[in-house]
Amino acid sequence: MSDAGRRTRLVGVMATVIALGLLAGLATGAGGFSPLGFWADVQGRDAGLILGQIRAPRTLGALMVGALLGLSGAIAQGLFRNPLADPFLLGSAAGSGLGVVLVLAGASIGGASISLATVAWMERVGLVAAAFFGALAGVAMTLTLARGAVHTLRLLLAGVVVGVLLGALSDLVTIASPDALRGKQAFMLGSTSFMGWDALALMGAGLVPLLVLAWRLARALDALTLGEDSAMSLGLDLARVRLALVAMLSLGTALAVSQAGLVAFVGLVAPHLVRRHAPGRHGWLLLASAGMGAALLLVADVISRALIAPQELPVGVVTAVLGGVYLFWLLKQRTAR
Amino acid sequence: MTTWVESFGLRVRLGGRDVLDDVSLQLGPGWTALVGPNGAGKSTLLRALAGLQVPTAGRVALRGQDVQRVRPAERARQMAWLAQQAEVTGELNVRETVELGRIAQLGLLGAPGAADHAAVAGAMALTECSAWQCRRLHELSGGERQRVLLARALATEAPVLLLDEPTTHLDAPHQVALARLFRRLARDVDHRRAVLTVLHDLPIALQADRLLVLDRGRLRADGAPSDPAVQAALVQVFEGAIRIETDAAGQSRVALALDDPGGPSDMRMRTPYH
Repeated sequence: MSDAGRRTRLVGVMATVIALGLLAGLATGAGGFSPLGFWADVQGRDAGLILGQIRAPRTLGALMVGALLGLSGAIAQGLFRNPLADPFLLGSAAGSGLGVVLVLAGASIGGASISLATVAWMERVGLVAAAFFGALAGVAMTLTLARGAVHTLRLLLAGVVVGVLLGALSDLVTIASPDALRGKQAFMLGSTSFMGWDALALMGAGLVPLLVLAWRLARALDALTLGEDSAMSLGLDLARVRLALVAMLSLGTALAVSQAGLVAFVGLVAPHLVRRHAPGRHGWLLLASAGMGAALLLVADVISRALIAPQELPVGVVTAVLGGVYLFWLLKQRTAR
Repeated sequence: MTTWVESFGLRVRLGGRDVLDDVSLQLGPGWTALVGPNGAGKSTLLRALAGLQVPTAGRVALRGQDVQRVRPAERARQMAWLAQQAEVTGELNVRETVELGRIAQLGLLGAPGAADHAAVAGAMALTECSAWQCRRLHELSGGERQRVLLARALATEAPVLLLDEPTTHLDAPHQVALARLFRRLARDVDHRRAVLTVLHDLPIALQADRLLVLDRGRLRADGAPSDPAVQAALVQVFEGAIRIETDAAGQSRVALALDDPGGPSDMRMRTPYH
């Protein structure tokens, strides 16, 4: 099959999965996945509340978080020229984790002296902001430690150091304030249950310009497939391009993490799947990875809500299991060759 | 001689040793072969000339301007560089890879026009890789991949070509074809180029217009391959492992001195820098 044929087929598959995932997301409630229940909900008095204010935003939210992670993962893998790179590499996960823990610990300590309503507000709004700015601060620390984005290896090592350091700080805070541990755990496992239309607006405002910018820088990522020196010899201002790519993947990751916590594997697996089934230039790969990430997280979200209904599994656990199984299968296939 | 690229007292210190030491040379139209033993500093010299390696001392001028100050896109329009062992990930197909050679002309967003398509097609034809332009790089053999990467360098249409071991992995017919191509590019009346090739294949190097002999970071000889002084330097830097003979027609040929009593008697690891 030609490259164009493969791409068309993959777009068709992704569009079908996304359409079915959206419908399934709307049809999955406290009683699990139920098309009949969905029909009753549509005709019911609370349709606006149940579908319009709860299921629709969280389903669309899963789609957007998946798209942001898929896009950020594809950028990370292109930038680091490594198919195992994921969007959490540069300290964003540890940074957002620490931010969340600090807010939770602050709310827990402040709960004694301020009203419960204030604490609840502080937790909800503060968590999103803390996760967002924590992720950006983690990447900023990595960039500072690596003295900019001039050397890829230095950048990667700095990301590891920042991840370990901020992770340790986060553990220290939870030891000092054990109440924060439960909230931190929920954040680490990922969830789409708190997303509303405001979160969608915020993510949409980030996702659209990121997709446009990524598409504009796709040729630079293509050049990087030849190696950094070759890319520079082709006329790229690599330090500037690298900085722009780091900024983009940080922003994409921060937006996703701040709304849904640490959803594992989507950023790693989505670009993999695209490259495997329809390889091509980064102009295609970046956009298709966003689509693949959206499809994957939609499916994972429905599974997490339906599998043990009325309880919910953290969506990050589902993506981790699915992603792990996929990578294991991939490994087995390569070993068999 | 017209000078396009010039180095002045170039010194590059890496890992506590001088990989290049006081290298001054001029490069203009013609095919120049850069030869020397392993670790002589050939690749570093090429990287420094291409502006990819900041020298510890000295400088490189591209058409009179410090190469480190020339804007990257402008530098790429003037000079193409081919890596010794390209670290390609192989995701792109042959045509997509060769098209990357047009980035300096197109920028990150420009759509390729007729001139770009012609340059890409011409480069692929010269290196004989048009027939498999839809195959991905990771599906190709080392020699095929090398030809694609050379096509990528040629597609830039830059007047200066800095090619690090372009004949590596190639079979004899393709080595000869490339040697002819370098000569043709250097002598093309309409579009003369400065072609500097790092070569380990000494028989091919002797076909160049000019030979640079580098050893332990220093330029030991610079001249025509037929120049006895250049030939003597060549034999000396390879420690008598080769012999250069000139036939009745004045053609120089190189032979391995396998049985010469004065040649190296065992496989020794040279320590070029003390």
